[in-house]
Amino acid sequence: MTRTRLAAAAAVTVLLAAAPRAEAADQDFAQIERGRYIAVTADCVACHSAPGGKPYAGGSALQTPFGTLVAPNITPDRETGIGSWTEEDLRRTLQDGVGRGGKRLYPAMPYPAYTKMTDDDIHALWAYLQTLAPVRNQVDVNQLPFPFNVRLVMAGWNLLNFEPGRFKPDPQKSPEWNRGAYLVEALGHCGTCHTPKTMLGADDTGKALQGANLQAWYAPSITADSRKGIGGWTAEQLTAYLKTGANHQSLASGPMAEEIQNSSSRMTDADLSAIAAYLLDGKGSASGQGGGGPAPLAADDARMTAGSAIYTDSCMACHGGDGKGQTFLFPTLAGSGVVQADDPATLIRLVLDGSRAVATDTRPTGPAMPPLGWRLDDAQVAAVVTYIRNSWRNAAAPVGVDDVAKVRRTLAEAQ
Amino acid sequence: MARKLPHKDVVVIGLGWTGAIIANELCDEGLDVVALERGPWRDTATDFNLGYAPDELRYNSRQELMLRPAQTAVTARNNADQTALPMRQYGSFHPGNGVGGAGVHWAGITWRFSPYDFRLRSHYTERYGAQAIPDDMTIQDWGLSYEEMEPYYDRFEYLAGVSGKAGNLNGQIQDGGNPFEGQRKREYPNPPMMQTFGPTLFAETAAKMGYKPFPIPSSLLSRTYTNPLGVTMGQCTFCGFCTNYGCANYSKASAQTTVLPVLMRKPNFELRTLCEVLKVNLDPSGKRATGVTYVDSSGDEFEQPADLVVLCAFMLDNVRLMLLSGVGTPYDVRTGKGTLGRNFCYQMANQVVGFFDPKRYNFNNFIGGGATGMAIDELNNDNFDHGPLGFLGGGSTRCAPIGAEPISKRPTPPGSPTWGSGWKRAMRDSYLSNLSVGCEASSYANRGNFLDLDPTYTDRLGRPLLRITFDFPDNDVRMSAYVTGKVAEIVRAMGAQQIVENPRTRPWSVVPYQSTHVVGGTAMGMDPSTSVVNPYLQSWDVPNLFTVGANVFPQNSGFNPTGTVGALAFRAADAIRTRYLKSPGPLVHA
Repeated sequence: MTRTRLAAAAAVTVLLAAAPRAEAADQDFAQIERGRYIAVTADCVACHSAPGGKPYAGGSALQTPFGTLVAPNITPDRETGIGSWTEEDLRRTLQDGVGRGGKRLYPAMPYPAYTKMTDDDIHALWAYLQTLAPVRNQVDVNQLPFPFNVRLVMAGWNLLNFEPGRFKPDPQKSPEWNRGAYLVEALGHCGTCHTPKTMLGADDTGKALQGANLQAWYAPSITADSRKGIGGWTAEQLTAYLKTGANHQSLASGPMAEEIQNSSSRMTDADLSAIAAYLLDGKGSASGQGGGGPAPLAADDARMTAGSAIYTDSCMACHGGDGKGQTFLFPTLAGSGVVQADDPATLIRLVLDGSRAVATDTRPTGPAMPPLGWRLDDAQVAAVVTYIRNSWRNAAAPVGVDDVAKVRRTLAEAQ
Repeated sequence: MARKLPHKDVVVIGLGWTGAIIANELCDEGLDVVALERGPWRDTATDFNLGYAPDELRYNSRQELMLRPAQTAVTARNNADQTALPMRQYGSFHPGNGVGGAGVHWAGITWRFSPYDFRLRSHYTERYGAQAIPDDMTIQDWGLSYEEMEPYYDRFEYLAGVSGKAGNLNGQIQDGGNPFEGQRKREYPNPPMMQTFGPTLFAETAAKMGYKPFPIPSSLLSRTYTNPLGVTMGQCTFCGFCTNYGCANYSKASAQTTVLPVLMRKPNFELRTLCEVLKVNLDPSGKRATGVTYVDSSGDEFEQPADLVVLCAFMLDNVRLMLLSGVGTPYDVRTGKGTLGRNFCYQMANQVVGFFDPKRYNFNNFIGGGATGMAIDELNNDNFDHGPLGFLGGGSTRCAPIGAEPISKRPTPPGSPTWGSGWKRAMRDSYLSNLSVGCEASSYANRGNFLDLDPTYTDRLGRPLLRITFDFPDNDVRMSAYVTGKVAEIVRAMGAQQIVENPRTRPWSVVPYQSTHVVGGTAMGMDPSTSVVNPYLQSWDVPNLFTVGANVFPQNSGFNPTGTVGALAFRAADAIRTRYLKSPGPLVHA
């Protein structure tokens, strides 16, 4: 045992000797610790690690509408990671979307959010990344088809879609609100998933955080809208969700489960409160109440009666006849933003394929929704989803058989 | 040749109820724990999909969650003069297989034993005189008191989220609870289950007859509950598929729904599934366990060294592993000497079925659960005067509609045709209008009943099978006849037109299912000449070996065993944490 350990230590020494750094990073404990926290908050590990791989040593394939990208190795390995980079290289990557040697990044790396990061935070992040053990792992980052694989096209894209610039606090708002805004818009890059994209794949800034489709999940609205968003939640309920993965109404699964596991469950309570202060600002508005939104389908609509029967057979044991579910175990369907979202993809997907809620130290249960797609056909799924979207004071557009078929196809392709 | 693996602090054999509790507690103590489980991984999310969890053909008829004879069988005979033969199909009882063990497919009835159960021989001697205990009845004291067990019963009940009504809170008898139960410090963590028509009628009738009915304490939950480990369980839906099934609704307490979500996250815990332990290894002195040898599913052998070995397998396997490892002295039925395998007991499962007028009664037996229902305790253990009766013991009486499985549930009243349209008509008429009341009764140790290694038959790994030598003693048969008659009086008073009394009678047969409540074989106690482990479940012979399970019961009470097994697991864990680790060695000096 001791001998193995010595051999490993020797190998590390040789590696480090062979890879002198271009410059000494800040070795101060406080800076490194701050940088670690920034890496957690920005959830770097989510994209830059592969399942079963070493953290930060490169990710697994990310499917974008334009093709496949893989997040690179960001450990300080000289050959395959960022061991030959300077702090300035990192700063330009994050703030300008231009990597070492002038390479233009694709916005799968959320530099349109990170451009708002402060120089101080980047300095700390740099200090932290330099403390990681270098991992030799060559990653083939750019697997896009022509012409997207030509990085220069991003120059044009940036011209149209990218607005560089640091975060500007709103002096009218509290320091907490501003901290929350910085976390949501810059470090946490919530809009990467929750903001709809334009044809060109850029954030549709007019619809910030109003919900978007990605990888066959619909990331719901996280605006203060009380029907489709999270405006019905209190600050405590929102921070409980971000910290533990579960609250009075909902349980996180899918990509949000990963986010909670890697990132928000590890944030400070003060930062989570700040996020809540920012996201829930302007609470009280509700799309569809007092006009503008859909009216619920009539209970005697054929889709509703069919859906009701299927719900009784397959859903009610857990989610209840009143759609209230069971706290921390089975999500509440009544009043849920995911349920009433304009895009029903997540709801359809959950019925077809099931999912497993995130398990955290506080809420370790990790209950599952079983897949029902093997025993419900598209018409049955459409009916039950339509019923759920229009019961217990929920109101949302009916779901068609084609909508279900489309999600089923997407899921089959992803397998 | 076994490959030697890196050392662990603790090796736990079997990851069911007791293994999960012990492993979790010892991980909290900072120890490096590995659990070896002979069966597969199982969890609710993956394995108990509500689309197929209530599949009777798969789980009841074909027993998918249970141990198969091809893995490990047992041989059985009624007495030492017979030659034992292997069970070719597990019938009489159903050991579990896989993570969660038999705790996956249990019914969920969760009792505390009667306070005097823990000093049974002393109690009967004091009340009726030593001559009241037959010479061949080897019942004995447990070496601990109910008061010592109380905090650990409490811990298990709060872990499992037991739903019930206290009958004795700090000495104050409570209306609506079991007036015979021992003092409890606080209420059950959850209120009782709702009751369907059958148990309601039973309780009303029993109350009119002077009994004090109360809701069965249930580990199927009456409401959503988050236990002290932070694990959340759901409200039972009365689907009627508990016994023999895994629960799809997170409603039935098991290792899966109460402990494993927390345990599996711990960095100092490791689980290896499909790994069957061959034996506990001892050092040359035979006084110290050095670890275990096990074989994985590829047939490769491994030696896992450890400081502490805890046997948490099904009780039959715990006894067998001690016999195979040469720990302790096997019981000799001719001389009565030796302790290992002694005091093997069972449970007297008695039942009365009532057939009611189908035009007036619809019990809707489809609504059910393994632990829903009402009970009375007047006929249990020594809650009634045995002076004039000529037997000892009794049972808990309960009307517990567990569900009406469409394949196996075939109730027809006596005199019905056994085939054809007449049979079908009788079945249809009585399906919803029949009701069972059971009396799960005590099983007292007898010197002729024991466990040892079979001299002839071996398992697939070449090891001798465990041999069961057992029959129902005279005492227990007389007791069964008495309590069953009393239960029949109640069912008659409920309005049944026809009654079938099924008291347990000799000989014990391995074929029909009776109960998985097999107990004993490594009795606990304060006297090493009559017990295998001390009251902390520590081997008298090998102090770094503990065994947790119903195998430590010196005899069986008229209650289902799981509540007591769970409490003993917490008590053993506590003794290891607070006493053994400070000074590894015998915790009791005999």
